[in-house]
Amino acid sequence: MSSSPLRDAACMAGIGTTAYGSFPDNDTYGLGAEALLAALDDCGLELADIDGLIVNRIPSYERFAEMMGISPRFCLQTDSPGRYSAVSLMLATQAIATGAAEVVALVYGNNGRSNRVFYGGGEGEWAPWGMSSPGASHAMQFQAHMARFGTRSEDLGHVSVAFRKHARLNPQAVMRKPITLEDHDSSRFICEPLRLLDYCLINDGGVAWIVTTPERAKDLRKKPVYVSGYARQDVYESTPRLDCWYPELKRIEARVYENAGIGRDEIDGLMIYDNFSPTVLFALEGLGFCGQGEAGDFVKDGTLELGRGRWPTNTSGGHLSESYMQGWALIAEAVRQLRGECGERQIPDARAIQFIAATPISSSIIFRRD
Amino acid sequence: MTTAKPNPIVDVWNKPFWQACAEGRLLLQRCGETGRCWYPPAPVSPYAPKASWEWVECSGRGEILSWVVFHQKYYEGFADELPYNVTMVRLEEGAQLLTNVLADKAELAVGKPIEVTFDARGDVTVPLFRLAGSAA
Repeated sequence: MSSSPLRDAACMAGIGTTAYGSFPDNDTYGLGAEALLAALDDCGLELADIDGLIVNRIPSYERFAEMMGISPRFCLQTDSPGRYSAVSLMLATQAIATGAAEVVALVYGNNGRSNRVFYGGGEGEWAPWGMSSPGASHAMQFQAHMARFGTRSEDLGHVSVAFRKHARLNPQAVMRKPITLEDHDSSRFICEPLRLLDYCLINDGGVAWIVTTPERAKDLRKKPVYVSGYARQDVYESTPRLDCWYPELKRIEARVYENAGIGRDEIDGLMIYDNFSPTVLFALEGLGFCGQGEAGDFVKDGTLELGRGRWPTNTSGGHLSESYMQGWALIAEAVRQLRGECGERQIPDARAIQFIAATPISSSIIFRRD
Repeated sequence: MTTAKPNPIVDVWNKPFWQACAEGRLLLQRCGETGRCWYPPAPVSPYAPKASWEWVECSGRGEILSWVVFHQKYYEGFADELPYNVTMVRLEEGAQLLTNVLADKAELAVGKPIEVTFDARGDVTVPLFRLAGSAA
């Protein structure tokens, strides 16, 4: 059987993250610079080694490259939605596999909290009807899931509670106060059927990854983590996808394990893009961890919890409790898990971690260590 | 004084839609090849981009696909209506819209039939829906 041409083509060599919180005296350039310098220190490379650069949520790639003294031969800025964390990494992997660059720095900075970014309001196709915000679109999807499969708002509490438990083991997490299922079920509705504790945080911070060839990664400071394989499927529509991206996620399921050469049974933990808690259920169903419509039951009894369930998920606390770094911090967590750097929240002997995002650009990436 | 609700962004493709709303008519583009209608208005049919299309007046009838209830205020113009529903509907002609249904949230359910009504807001008239046969 021939393997995917991109299998194990690139390695995550360096990871850098800033503190997460509210930093009104900083901005995306400062947060991005701090994260990048930390990522370089993590792997032992220098700014001069960087020949590829991808920036995200930093307004100008030109200014950032100028500021850091980077003169790349591969450089771009990716769009701001969180789906672009995975897309950025796929582009970097392609650049490395084709020789367009050898050391790609991917830099993310977000000061949405200090800038008082409010996701919703403003002009839009559906504004005359008061429809706005990504949360409302996910609420519309979840309502359809409830009507079709009997899923309940209470089922989402198991997701929020599991991730908060993980955040309590993560000194970097923003939200560490314990919550219970009752806290979830009594939190106020933002856009019914979704409640406050179904929504991600908004906070400031920065994340950077250094991605390079397996050959180069072997000589660096930390043990390489391979981007073993990935799959992506897009679908775009003006109204919310009431099928919860199930067909697209199924297509990804059919490709990602084969591309990575790693089966689902070999996966030790999951990082699931959790802008809103329902996307975790959508991802689990679409990637075949449970049947369609069954995720509400599947997440009960601690399935996603460290030390309890088969599929420890978002061990950092995710977007719901650690930090709203739009997938960037989840991928950083995947690498740290595979290096065994996660302390109290370490998945024992983690060898393979899968990232999944259920979005208009759905994607999954499998990471592994040796 | 009440703040106005947000206005639509009128462009060359949706202008006939909004002009017809002002006359109490619901117009959609219909694909010359598949006979299906769509929304938002566009330069080509999403079902057959090479095919011709024409504006047709719709029956105004359809069914509920899903709905949400806003508790958070995103627009000053909707502040007095909180909590209000936004409902996804499919019209008989095939187009899917997000709109408001003039009904209590307890009355909303997937598959319930709805029919169009129009909300004149001064400069703009916006299509809303009510449960079929209701007085709302």
